[in-house]
Amino acid sequence: MTDEGGTVKKFMFVNRRAPYGTIYALESLEVVLISAAFDQDVSLAFLDDGVYDLIKGQNTKAIEIKNFSPTYRALEGYDIEKLYVAKDSLEERGLSEDDLLVDAQVVSRAEMADLMAQQDVLLSF
Amino acid sequence: MLHTVNKSPLDRNTLKSCLAHAQPGSAVLLIEDGVYAALVGTSTSGMVQQALSQLSVYALGPDLEARGVAKRVLDGVQVIDYAKFVDLVIEHKNTQSWL
Amino acid sequence: MKFGIMVNEGPYQHQASDTAYQFAKAVLAKGHQIYRVFFYHDGVNNGTRLTVPPQDDRNVINRWSDLAIKNNIDLVVCVAAAQRRGILDESEAKRHGKNADNLAPGFRISGLGQLVEAGIQADRLVVFGD
Repeated sequence: MTDEGGTVKKFMFVNRRAPYGTIYALESLEVVLISAAFDQDVSLAFLDDGVYDLIKGQNTKAIEIKNFSPTYRALEGYDIEKLYVAKDSLEERGLSEDDLLVDAQVVSRAEMADLMAQQDVLLSF
Repeated sequence: MLHTVNKSPLDRNTLKSCLAHAQPGSAVLLIEDGVYAALVGTSTSGMVQQALSQLSVYALGPDLEARGVAKRVLDGVQVIDYAKFVDLVIEHKNTQSWL
Repeated sequence: MKFGIMVNEGPYQHQASDTAYQFAKAVLAKGHQIYRVFFYHDGVNNGTRLTVPPQDDRNVINRWSDLAIKNNIDLVVCVAAAQRRGILDESEAKRHGKNADNLAPGFRISGLGQLVEAGIQADRLVVFGD
């Protein structure tokens, strides 16, 4: 993936926080969407409580906060397809791949560590 | 790779997550409240001591001094200043801030 | 080397802005360049000129303004995050029908693309947050 001779870097967006209790998950996603325009090698990592960002069935009507989880499904349309979810973090929380609202690659700790080490830029929120 | 941890290990799990992902040969820099992880005699000292066998651990001196704990640093943890923080960022290809 | 710095928290509430500032000063002292400092999440609150902090402690906003102006550093406050939190420059205030603006000197408001661009153009990018 290149943009006619421009620099292409590996960007990883590291999501470690649950949704709604704080704004980090939402505002992280907003950067991801913007990054699509820059033709970089983008991946998203979900670990620790960040795995909660991706679970199905979020219904925010009663807390009156916008449900932004459908946006994760739109990422594919932006050619952002590398979503990595930490296996350990899912298991610690009694979750499985079936609970996720998007197709994501479930990875071991060692695989996640490898992925992180390969990045040029790691953004945390 | 350089990892920074800015929270106390008894407050958050960020140090634990960081160490679970820091590969041998990488560096962990404790800053802000993260410097409490650099101290002897705590319930997390062992975790850090173990990490020292695989990677380098640094603690930001100004943050240790601010918190009055500069004299309790574990053997093997290197106390550095902001200038050396810059050096570490340069030395490593990338930096992950565990927030 | 060119550095990008990201500040995710507001002044005083967290040490993030302080540490980022000390880091920025150290970068310059070593003869390196700062490509951009990008303020996101509550970090946009570092860009208000309306703070009146106690005189016997550091002035977080003024420090950033002074550093930026003296060293020609690009301080960017994210427009989306700023709109949410009420940090506006003159043109944003006009555009949204607000009766005041509050952006501090040395800062400019711009889009998230500036953060991505900093990641691309800088040799190193460091994030300071909670």
